[in-house]
Amino acid sequence: MSGENSPRLPERDRPWMMRTYAGHSTAKASNELYRRNLAKGQTGLSVAFDLPTQTGYDPDDELARGEVGKVGVPVCHRGDMETLMDGIPLGEMNTSMTINATAAWLLSLYIVAAEQQGVAPEQLQGTTQNDIIKEFLARGTYAFPPAASMRLIADMIAYTVEHVPKWNPINICSYHLQEAGATPVQEIAYAMSNAIAVLDAARERVTAAHAGDEQAAGQLMEQVFGRISFFVNAGVRFVEEHAKLRAMSTLWSELGRERYGVQNERHLRFRYGVQVNSLGLTEAQPENNVQRIVLEALAVTLGRDARARAIQLPAWNEALGLPRPWDQQWSLRIQQVLAYETDILEYPDIFEGSIVMDGLVAELLEGARAEMAVVAEHGGAVEAVAYMKAALVDSHRERIRRIEAGEQVVVGQNRFAETEESPLTADAEGGILVVDPAVEAEQIEAVRAWREGRDQAAVDAALSELAEAAAAQEQMPNLMHATIAAARAGATTGEWARTLREVFGSYRAPTGVGETAAAPADGDLGELREQVAQLQERLGRRPKILVGKPGLDGHSNGAEQIAVRARDAGMDVVYEGIRLTPAQIAASALQEGVHVIGLSILSGSHRELIPAVIEALREAGVSAPVVVGGIIPEQDVAGLRSAGVAAVYTPKDFDITRIMRDIVELVGNGANGSNGVAESAASGVA
Amino acid sequence: MSGAPRPTRPAGPGADGAGAALGARLRERDLSAAPATLNLLESTTAADREAAAALLREISPAALGHEAPGHVIGITGPPGAGKSTLLSALLKAWRERGQTVAMLAVDPSSRRSGGSLLGDRARVEFDPADRDVFIRSTSAGERLGGLAWATRAAAHALAAAFDVVVIETVGVGQAETEIADVADTVAVVVQPGSGDTLQFLKSGIMEIPDVLVVTMRTRRDLSAALRSLGSRDTEVVAVSSLSPPQGIEQLLEALASHRARVDLAQRRLRARRLGALADFEHEHGERGLRGLGGRRAAERLLDRQEPELDIAALVAALERGADA
Repeated sequence: MSGENSPRLPERDRPWMMRTYAGHSTAKASNELYRRNLAKGQTGLSVAFDLPTQTGYDPDDELARGEVGKVGVPVCHRGDMETLMDGIPLGEMNTSMTINATAAWLLSLYIVAAEQQGVAPEQLQGTTQNDIIKEFLARGTYAFPPAASMRLIADMIAYTVEHVPKWNPINICSYHLQEAGATPVQEIAYAMSNAIAVLDAARERVTAAHAGDEQAAGQLMEQVFGRISFFVNAGVRFVEEHAKLRAMSTLWSELGRERYGVQNERHLRFRYGVQVNSLGLTEAQPENNVQRIVLEALAVTLGRDARARAIQLPAWNEALGLPRPWDQQWSLRIQQVLAYETDILEYPDIFEGSIVMDGLVAELLEGARAEMAVVAEHGGAVEAVAYMKAALVDSHRERIRRIEAGEQVVVGQNRFAETEESPLTADAEGGILVVDPAVEAEQIEAVRAWREGRDQAAVDAALSELAEAAAAQEQMPNLMHATIAAARAGATTGEWARTLREVFGSYRAPTGVGETAAAPADGDLGELREQVAQLQERLGRRPKILVGKPGLDGHSNGAEQIAVRARDAGMDVVYEGIRLTPAQIAASALQEGVHVIGLSILSGSHRELIPAVIEALREAGVSAPVVVGGIIPEQDVAGLRSAGVAAVYTPKDFDITRIMRDIVELVGNGANGSNGVAESAASGVA
Repeated sequence: MSGAPRPTRPAGPGADGAGAALGARLRERDLSAAPATLNLLESTTAADREAAAALLREISPAALGHEAPGHVIGITGPPGAGKSTLLSALLKAWRERGQTVAMLAVDPSSRRSGGSLLGDRARVEFDPADRDVFIRSTSAGERLGGLAWATRAAAHALAAAFDVVVIETVGVGQAETEIADVADTVAVVVQPGSGDTLQFLKSGIMEIPDVLVVTMRTRRDLSAALRSLGSRDTEVVAVSSLSPPQGIEQLLEALASHRARVDLAQRRLRARRLGALADFEHEHGERGLRGLGGRRAAERLLDRQEPELDIAALVAALERGADA
């Protein structure tokens, strides 16, 4: 069939951009990985930075301990960025950077590295994630308070739209909201509310820069709107997930037309990149994750009207630890089979006219509009962070409850759990990448050598100029100029962030756990409460638990669920949020008189950080038992146990009530034969 | 405490001694005794109650020869009024002056759900290596807006060792009534936009605090309102809780000068007696009070006791009265 009634496109669509979220150890090792990936047919880069780089600390900072080179590449100064991009033509590459609080800094390093290659900023293409609201809500790599963070974002938008016009200065992320437990309606509503906050801030910036020239400001706002892209998630319920993207597309163009007066159809298009769901990936029978990833990829490719512009797929073994290059290659090949072997790129939108799809979209739109109104009533996304956070913690709790109760089937985990031995995880490392612990020491040496070798006077001058620009109250200058100058002068990531922290102050985001509703005490939870009550009578005090997140890892969803469940079980819970040093955890444990300490780490730094916390507790004279949860590879469990950890929980321990029961027993065993006085006297001997 | 009734269950050997030892450490201003002190005072076992009584006896005015020297400051205000930022700034200022600080953060959340989530301590910035700062969070439990029942005794005990003891609660309305029963000085932090506070003050829902902390913007309104209510004692201090906080010096000054003015012996005596009454009621309930002939009679009984008796001794006196 061909001609007007043909169901096919006259010409096959070009595939989306294919990326792999990658980076580890050092700039040099990551550069080699990027080059190999590009040779395999990857068409864009997606840079994963390590947590110190994402949160603005140098490798030799106390908080960076155990995190250097772990979940991404450390980039400390322009030298590192040049090494990272060595031999990759930046004028042709399209680079996505998962960077938020320090986005202005990393973009500046990228601009300076491009200069070295003789590439002008106007030629650069790519994306900085730069979405701080979702960091407050779900991911935790924020550095500055909300107002200052929003200013940095507005500065970047205003700068790039004029000087780096092909750059996407921000990716509004709904991705991490789903990882934090958002329902599709919440994901749509919070992402759109977030976009409104960003666009309002940018509009203010643009209007101020073109005061008196309304037409120029309006034109610039058209361009700004056109440069905003999204970074979404797709779960395994892929039909509804596709409907979600169509709903977002509708809302986005509506928003552009009605709120920002955008007229150009091209600027009104909903553009998004995607990483499909990691939350649903299981540690149990991890090979099943491959089919989950394939189905999720269909959610973002199947319908042409809401197809992703760029895709990166997680690896099958993400719930086990850090994926190896081979694991990532497997995910790239999934994309290539979809794009080059199947026929999905040959048709117009296959859902056009579908009653089911239109119905789903209408349902989601209705829910999302109502929820957006609630956020607006709170005064917008920035003001509503605490509200949204509590709502996400509640949704996540409901999701876990459904899995525990078997209402939501997870194959291989809560159903069909019988399995043969997997050959995929049989090797010595358990089928994951282990970063050489020597990397951290090397990086510390390297950054010290860099500081020795540079023109210190020039760095000092550039940083004090940055501080001055940041502190200016009237006619706030665009911080990108001073940031690029500091990058050029050779300042480090930690120095740039510290300079701004000193001006802007520091910040702790709401944890969301305090506002969650109480769970009904029936069934297993009722029994557990009874156990806790009995333990309380024996102890003389209500059992008290400290839930702590040591290090820079901001993925607090698991810790929050443990905290809420412990509260629901009747315990007193000290939960202080993310980014705690071992000394802070030890001080809290001692002063609060807790009976047990639960630590959560997902970044792979448990080998360094857990023993450090245990050492700090010992020094403080705290004898309460320690349990650990997170992405802990099987082969690390024995080491943690011998370091003094009483129990280790990994993603396959999905039943939180059972974990709680263990913890209550653990406290009970420790309390045998002692009473409050003995306990008090013992902990007083510090 | 001779003549006190035997505890219902025999205490373990040395329980009394452990409590007294902790009390002695506090009297010698050994700050490292603070965590164990709180563990003990919060405990409800018979042995621990007796040890707690021994501890309190060690730091009673009778044992010390004077009132515990620490300044007990109650700081209260609605959520979002900027208390955390303010407390961080106050803590820093006190530490810069070399003063040791204990902070009792009372979480307002109800216990209906079972336990409670205590997250406030992270919002107060301090150096975890600093041994001269102690922060403890407790849940207000079933008594919404009130103090955790161990908080009164804890404040008395810690005042023997620390220069400053802060009790932080959340709320506007009843919370500061209870905090006024235990603190030497009460400061209320008011949210920007003082409409509610004005209404509360005028309607008498809110008692007039010793120090009112307001934002720069609302200072004038409140000063006028307080004058119109005939209060000349309440100092109104304007601070900005936005970084960097301003007005902290003036606030420190206002707190210290109130403490210098106040009749400390009288205030502490009242605090101990009301604390004993609350403890007795916690333990024996309304029925216990009826056994004494009602609350008024209980208060009169307390008024007849020696002024330097500690809370535990006063509770014992009430129990004797009820038994008689």
